[in-house]
Amino acid sequence: MARDVPHDSTRLVIPSTPLAVRQALCALFDTLMPGPITQPARDAAQIVLAEALNNIVEHAYAQSPGEIEVTVTFSATGLVCSITDAGLPMPDACLPPGDLAPLPQSGDLPEGGFGWHLIRALSQDLHYRREGGRNLLSFRIDAKQLLP
Amino acid sequence: MLLECSDYRDLIVVHVRDTRIDAAGAIDFKDQMRALTQADNRRVILDLSGVGFIDSSGLGAVVAVRKALGPDRPLELAALTPAVEKVFRLTRMESVFPIHASLPVPAAGAALHGA
Repeated sequence: MARDVPHDSTRLVIPSTPLAVRQALCALFDTLMPGPITQPARDAAQIVLAEALNNIVEHAYAQSPGEIEVTVTFSATGLVCSITDAGLPMPDACLPPGDLAPLPQSGDLPEGGFGWHLIRALSQDLHYRREGGRNLLSFRIDAKQLLP
Repeated sequence: MLLECSDYRDLIVVHVRDTRIDAAGAIDFKDQMRALTQADNRRVILDLSGVGFIDSSGLGAVVAVRKALGPDRPLELAALTPAVEKVFRLTRMESVFPIHASLPVPAAGAALHGA
């Protein structure tokens, strides 16, 4: 099997706050990663990472804050992201389906429930497991995403 | 989050002067939008030309602003950048808002009419 040699890898450890998530994304996408991927793929990567990290801040660490470790690796096939945290496990130990609620004709529009839908729509090879009291989430963003 | 207003006779254009509407800024965005738009019943266009990134919390805040304006005063969006357009499209929210491809720019001092 051919090895998929990584071009570049970045690892960040951040506290579980919305501001730390913003700063990590800005660091990753503004400065650290001028990698060989298209702008639509960069946009997709930032959206998926943001949703995954926000989810950890809001749910896994809802009761007590903690650290989140993010590793982003460029490879020939795209951008591989791994995220680990020591917060609460996903309900039923699996990822939510991410189905969008039907849009009402008028009135009560949904203000949330978009996150897992975006993650599933924009990522490939999405995996989650619980191991040794930690959540491990990984996904890949195709480097050659078509223009939107 | 820095929001700036351009006032016209029957229209307010709110320019988002931040590059992100995200989880860290969503509540502030919602609160400021409420303060800027509750004084009267003029049309509201949100200028998103400077916003390069929105997450689902930011999207939720934009939806909340639309709902706060009421059914007869739809929040109009203008000049979505590709990453922002992607989020609206994938969540089907692009069908909920009137969207202008670019910001309608009225002549200085003139009133802006129609959508």
